[in-house]
Amino acid sequence: MQALVIAAHGSHLNPDASDPTYAHADTIRETGAFDEVREAFWKEEPHFREVIRTLESDEVFVVPLFISEGYFTEEVIPRELRLEEWDPDRWESDGTSASQATLEAEDVGKTIHYCGPVGTHDAMTDVIVQRAETATEDPDVGEGFGLSVVGHGTDRNENSAKAIKYHSDRIADRDRFDEVKALFMDEEPEVDDVTDYFESEDIVVVPLFIADGYHTQEDIPEDMGLTEDYRLGWDVPAAVDGHRIWYTGAVGTEDLMADVVLERAADAGADIGDAREAVRELAASVADTGPEPSAGTGTGD
Amino acid sequence: MTVATDDLETLLEHAAAGVAFDGLHVDESDDGYRLETPDNEWTGLDETELHHALESCEEYVTNWRYWQDRVGGEGTARRAFLRWCERAPLADAETDHATTGPWSERSEGDADAGGEPLAVPERYDALRDGIDREWGQLSITARFVDIDDPDGERVYDLWHVDDAGSDIAALEVYDDPRDARELATYDDDGRYRPLKTAPTLPAGWAFTGLSGAALVETVEFFYPATVANWHRELQGNLDVDHWLETAERQTGIYDVIDELPREAVEWMAEACCVDSQCLRRREWQYEAGDELDADGGDGPFPCREPCSLVVAAARKWTTLESETEHTYELELTTSELNQLEELIDAVAEDRTEDIREADVYDGANRYRARYLRAKRFDDEGELEATRVDD
Ligand code: SF4
Repeated sequence: MQALVIAAHGSHLNPDASDPTYAHADTIRETGAFDEVREAFWKEEPHFREVIRTLESDEVFVVPLFISEGYFTEEVIPRELRLEEWDPDRWESDGTSASQATLEAEDVGKTIHYCGPVGTHDAMTDVIVQRAETATEDPDVGEGFGLSVVGHGTDRNENSAKAIKYHSDRIADRDRFDEVKALFMDEEPEVDDVTDYFESEDIVVVPLFIADGYHTQEDIPEDMGLTEDYRLGWDVPAAVDGHRIWYTGAVGTEDLMADVVLERAADAGADIGDAREAVRELAASVADTGPEPSAGTGTGD
Repeated sequence: MTVATDDLETLLEHAAAGVAFDGLHVDESDDGYRLETPDNEWTGLDETELHHALESCEEYVTNWRYWQDRVGGEGTARRAFLRWCERAPLADAETDHATTGPWSERSEGDADAGGEPLAVPERYDALRDGIDREWGQLSITARFVDIDDPDGERVYDLWHVDDAGSDIAALEVYDDPRDARELATYDDDGRYRPLKTAPTLPAGWAFTGLSGAALVETVEFFYPATVANWHRELQGNLDVDHWLETAERQTGIYDVIDELPREAVEWMAEACCVDSQCLRRREWQYEAGDELDADGGDGPFPCREPCSLVVAAARKWTTLESETEHTYELELTTSELNQLEELIDAVAEDRTEDIREADVYDGANRYRARYLRAKRFDDEGELEATRVDD
């Protein structure tokens, strides 16, 4: 038997913070690739601390639903899971290349395949592109468009910026969009001046965050000038300084994220059969039928 | 109903190694099969005779089949929980500790739990009507799918204890365990419930006809990890992490909480870990060998270490407790001092909503509070108090 644990932050204050975790876990449950699929949280229940003991499987794949390598993936999660032999060096990562480490959870004696975060997986690049497609409701979006990947910045975690730049570079290499730019909330180049960095009239802005919350639904829309007050909502696209900004919030709510979780587990040796195809088909059909429902909170007109 | 051919075949397969389950014994030896139940014993049977003999104890056979095939998972918390649900003996799968946990004490003389575990014939009778159990605020019924001609297949219903007497037609009916996540998210006032074991689960819903696996999944969405920790407690191997180890393990912004004074940990436990706030029974202490005086509560689920909510709150209290105390002078009548006490108490007990608008006899009445503020607050909206120490 094999189990999948999706480890996410969660919140004591905001019930929506765990929505993407539940959504992606449910998608993977539907594929039947794992005997057990479990959500686990730092701030909600089941806590990281207790999740492994709720599983019957001996092989457990833990995928952190986090954007970058850093404090949570390197310290908090392995410690709370009681992975005594853990050492960040086991990932041999330069900040964006963590794949997996096989360890034992001391309280239960199960084998844990501890994976790198979803945010730095190569498949995440596709999710960002799909986000652009969802935002514009155009599966071929690219020509005539600029794309910006937005991250928090380096104040708390130097790897956070690395992840943003990594995917921006990969998207730029594909020559699909006219321009691609990594922007940040707390460091240069700043998302406040988004229109200064693009010549294209149309700019898709994709925040590399797991869940919608304060940053993606309040800060970033106001900083970019999409709206005076986030509570009033904003248009998609919104006109700013002669550009059209296509913004629909956290990329982590995109359906294709479930595919990245699966890839992480598969890279670590999980037998996932054709689950990836199933998830990709599902995500594609959702993209065809209209905009992401979770974008709704910010798109009032 | 009769013992089905495939049941017989499976039994025969297992007989060589010996079947011993819930009072049913089947063995194979050189002189044929031996069949034993608490009421009867047959020896030297050939296959046909065994089949006939099994007809007279089909309850034992279908019971064995249900646990063997449908539930499986020998030694797992899931299986133990499902057995607990129908008051089946737990000890056959567990260690001696199974009968010494608080759960077994609770069940004695507890009308709901109904005391002693049931043997197969009594259980079969009871499963026709449904066997009820309570798990926190959840009421669970185990029953046969087919009550007229039970083939051993059980299903489970689940609702809020407050709805135990309600007509099912009055409840919102669900069958997907994942719906429990939504139901457990908000309380009756629409407030978010970050602590799943807060005794504020709203009523008005029912899950019906769940399989055993789906039941456990649903219960786990309502009360994560409670089944696993209950099972550990039953087996006598619940691992408890006391306050200090948990606090010392923290890093980042929670790094400071091990500095929270011991007496403040007492106040914290008294504030958070009581039955009115949490259905878990606090098993953690200040540290091993250093028990907190605060009562751990009588909650059904063991709490094996401070939860994330308590850890987060402890950070705030650590900051607050690092402040020095001062002496202040302020003018208050005796009744106003009493009123302050009533105000704090009303908020702490979440009573403010219940105080009627015109009930000016309650110190926490809104008009009384507004009057006190009008009288005693200065232009800055602060209590007129003077610090008298330097
Ligand atoms: S630490 Fe206290 S409040 Fe938190 S779950 Fe345990 S008993 Fe409940």
